[in-house]
Amino acid sequence: MPLSNEEVARLARLARLSIPDGSADATRKQLDSIFVLMTQLQSVDTTGIEPMSHPQELPARLREDAVTETNRRATFQAIAPQAEAGLYLVPKVIE
Amino acid sequence: MSRSDWEVVIGLEIHAQLNTASKIFSGASTAFGAPPNEQACAIDIALPGTLPVLNRGAVERAIRFGLALGARVAPKSVFARKNYFYPDLPGGYQISQFELPVVQGGAITIWVGEGENAYEKSVRLTRAHLEEDAGKSLHEDFHGMSGIDLNRAGMPLLEIVSEPDMRSSAEAVAYARALHALVRWINICDGNMQEGSFRCDANVSVRKKGTQPLGTRREIKNLNSFRFLQQAIDYETGWQIETLEDGGRFEQSTVLFDPATGQTRMMRSKEDAHDYRYFPNPDLLPLVIEPEWIEQVRATMPELPAAMKSRFERELGLSAQDASALTSAKEVADYFQAALAATGDVHAKLCANWVMGELAARLNRASLEIASAPVSPPQLAGLLLRIADGSISNAIARKVFEALWNNEGKDADDIIERQGLKQVTDNSAIEAMVDEAIAANPKSVEEFRAGKEKALNALVGQVMKVSRGKANPAQVNELMRRRLGI
Repeated sequence: MPLSNEEVARLARLARLSIPDGSADATRKQLDSIFVLMTQLQSVDTTGIEPMSHPQELPARLREDAVTETNRRATFQAIAPQAEAGLYLVPKVIE
Repeated sequence: MSRSDWEVVIGLEIHAQLNTASKIFSGASTAFGAPPNEQACAIDIALPGTLPVLNRGAVERAIRFGLALGARVAPKSVFARKNYFYPDLPGGYQISQFELPVVQGGAITIWVGEGENAYEKSVRLTRAHLEEDAGKSLHEDFHGMSGIDLNRAGMPLLEIVSEPDMRSSAEAVAYARALHALVRWINICDGNMQEGSFRCDANVSVRKKGTQPLGTRREIKNLNSFRFLQQAIDYETGWQIETLEDGGRFEQSTVLFDPATGQTRMMRSKEDAHDYRYFPNPDLLPLVIEPEWIEQVRATMPELPAAMKSRFERELGLSAQDASALTSAKEVADYFQAALAATGDVHAKLCANWVMGELAARLNRASLEIASAPVSPPQLAGLLLRIADGSISNAIARKVFEALWNNEGKDADDIIERQGLKQVTDNSAIEAMVDEAIAANPKSVEEFRAGKEKALNALVGQVMKVSRGKANPAQVNELMRRRLGI
């Protein structure tokens, strides 16, 4: 199932990737080759087989409900590009 | 065509914040009101190389919820990544559950309306799943930038999704209230709506009555009070009907409710809708819940409101509506049961009337919750016992109640004694007052003798006034008739 350039553009937008005008075709071809592999996988008959969400059949490990973390804001904010009044600052966003 | 030709169809999505001590995937505190980012640890701010580990307490609360609704607690459920970009979601995805949620199905019985028109209805649940909350964006001006507080990031949420079973805003509110009461009842959520611990999204569509297919729906986001829920649905319903009646159309979309104008307005259309590209989170293995764990949790469950309601009807002889009101919140049920026990379990109806009547009204006037009522359950019970044995009339009882409320005595007996409120049942004392009333009101006597039954009430009223409410009205009535030779 080959992708169109529009679909590639949409995927790029969703992933916040910028694809320069000249490289749209190259990107599409690379994605197509992955999709060929997917198509091949999808052609396997899996009737009656329970889907696996993870490659290992192991259950999640759980932690007890206890507070184990302390306040390390100063350390974390030391590497943030900008912080003020305890807040991380980011370019203005209003949805 | 008029509005009555249309039917509204409503489904709700409710986010209940689980009352764990630590976050769903990290050991950071969930306490409310900390300074910004002091409770956001390396996992919550999504530093590279960190891994989430699921909180057992959050899972246990989901199990409690599933058991309370008669739902299926999935033996295996899966966490997924819901991908979108927003600065208050530092990882670029929210950890949620998609294809295999932890709670599946279930139903809750709601009581809609009041008085004679009240009715019961069952609302089905689609699912409830565990997920993490996002942080908070503050759009005040920080030199043209936005501030991000990630204390809320990673808070444990249970998203509860209903089937589109509700047919009016009143039903939607009754359902939301029932769930709100239930999550507090089973102690999985504090239900604090101002702090955002319980938030509703409403999916609303309309269709012609008698038709099957659902109309196009619009989703109203983030309603944080029952009043806004009702207002938003009513406005949205009217808007959809008007638009369709005028021959217009609208697309599936997300809208916001503005409490200031009482209107809903478009936030994003279906075209702009997020494409979340869910996939299983490779960082978290499937959640496996063994039957033994479910049984352990079941053993710790309190009696549920529905079971308590039928017990009140069956064992105490209360009406369905009384029983429903008394089990509408855990605190109300606790108060009622404590007061009833203190009367020796014998005055259920009287106790129910006082808890839902005088006490509820007084609490309402004082804007107090029942848990902090100045009149304790044993104090109310003491008062009820004096009403039941005829020591005081209902009118005097209300006075005693007010005195208890204002802490004018340690219990009802103390106040009755101290303020001399005991009902006068001594025949000779009442006879004297009756004679006095007859002598002072010849006109009423004449009217009564002429067959005007109402005139008797005036005479009885005189005696009650003279006795300052302490005479037993039935006794006064009887003596008055005897004196007047009837």
